[in-house]
Amino acid sequence: MKSYTDKIKEIAKRLLKEDKVDMVIGYRKGTVPLMHQPFFATSEGEVDSFVWDSNCGLNLANYITDRKERIGIVATGCNSRNIAVHVVEGKIQRDQLYIIGIPCQGMVDRHKLAAMAEGNIASVEEDEDKGTITISGQGFSKSVDKAEVLQENCSICVHRNPVLCDELVADEVTEQTREQADPYARVREIEAMSPDDKWAHFDDLLSDCIRCYACRNACPLCYCPQCFVDESNPQWVGKSVDPTDIRTFHLLRAYHCAGRCTDCGACVRSCPVGINVRDFTKKLEKDCLELYGWEAGLNTEQRPPLDTYKPEDPEDFIK
Amino acid sequence: MKNLLEHMGVEPERLHFSWISSAESTKFVDVATKVTESVKSLESKEKKFVKTKPKVA
Repeated sequence: MKSYTDKIKEIAKRLLKEDKVDMVIGYRKGTVPLMHQPFFATSEGEVDSFVWDSNCGLNLANYITDRKERIGIVATGCNSRNIAVHVVEGKIQRDQLYIIGIPCQGMVDRHKLAAMAEGNIASVEEDEDKGTITISGQGFSKSVDKAEVLQENCSICVHRNPVLCDELVADEVTEQTREQADPYARVREIEAMSPDDKWAHFDDLLSDCIRCYACRNACPLCYCPQCFVDESNPQWVGKSVDPTDIRTFHLLRAYHCAGRCTDCGACVRSCPVGINVRDFTKKLEKDCLELYGWEAGLNTEQRPPLDTYKPEDPEDFIK
Repeated sequence: MKNLLEHMGVEPERLHFSWISSAESTKFVDVATKVTESVKSLESKEKKFVKTKPKVA
């Protein structure tokens, strides 16, 4: 991804030099492998820290909420959709932003790679031409096809190119069609289960949850000044790791993202115990598409479906 | 909301949504009866979204 990295640096330098923006938000190499950090460059000298490869899975839209500066921001398909959601929800003005668009080729799943490794992963190399990822650590080294270790949300992604941007770092990549990607295969799998099996599936899914709220913190949609889980008067949900409290938290958090989630996968990536939180949000995404013909963040004009009323809105669940 | 709760394994028989005006007492009775009947008819008696563990301080 050297060409992308170079182009990001070039654009960022130009923007800062011409005083078009006050800062550029991108990624720099993280302190641990597979986890690049968000990085705010405010001067030309800092621009050289920027990187781009398959470990840039955090969603940068998370860092522009309510900012007053003029911002240059690196954005893939899903990130740009979240920026659009921010613009619609009034959390940032479009004219404050200069969006550096990334035609995205997907991010690697750190949980999958960690499971493959025979020990701690010390370094990760990516071979762009061969399309392989090599992980190595003490006493082992392993190469795998990138396609095999893509994050699930990336492998089923149908919006890889930015939906809004001011400049692209490379030519657009080919989009998968819905037929090829089959984005809702996993949701259908769960839908086909009996109620008891579904209940057991989610019990099992959430059994490791430690209520660290990393999923909420990584999510660009979760920008409320005070989250419902932190309030104590009234206290909406128990704060313990009782299975009922955990389930209530995940249900409500997911529902707050209904019609806004772009399936960027930041929640799953940030989860320290590897819970696939997307089992909740993907269902809501599917419902929004089927009930309202809605996909979040495709433009900056339309209000989300749960924010508006139309006489033809489905209401057959009300008896 | 109904869809996600069902997706999580809460039976459709447990979930009811209704608009009832304060003047519609007979509708209220009807709905309440239907709700209790449909919940009682369920095979699974497992309590859902009920905390069973004692509260700790």
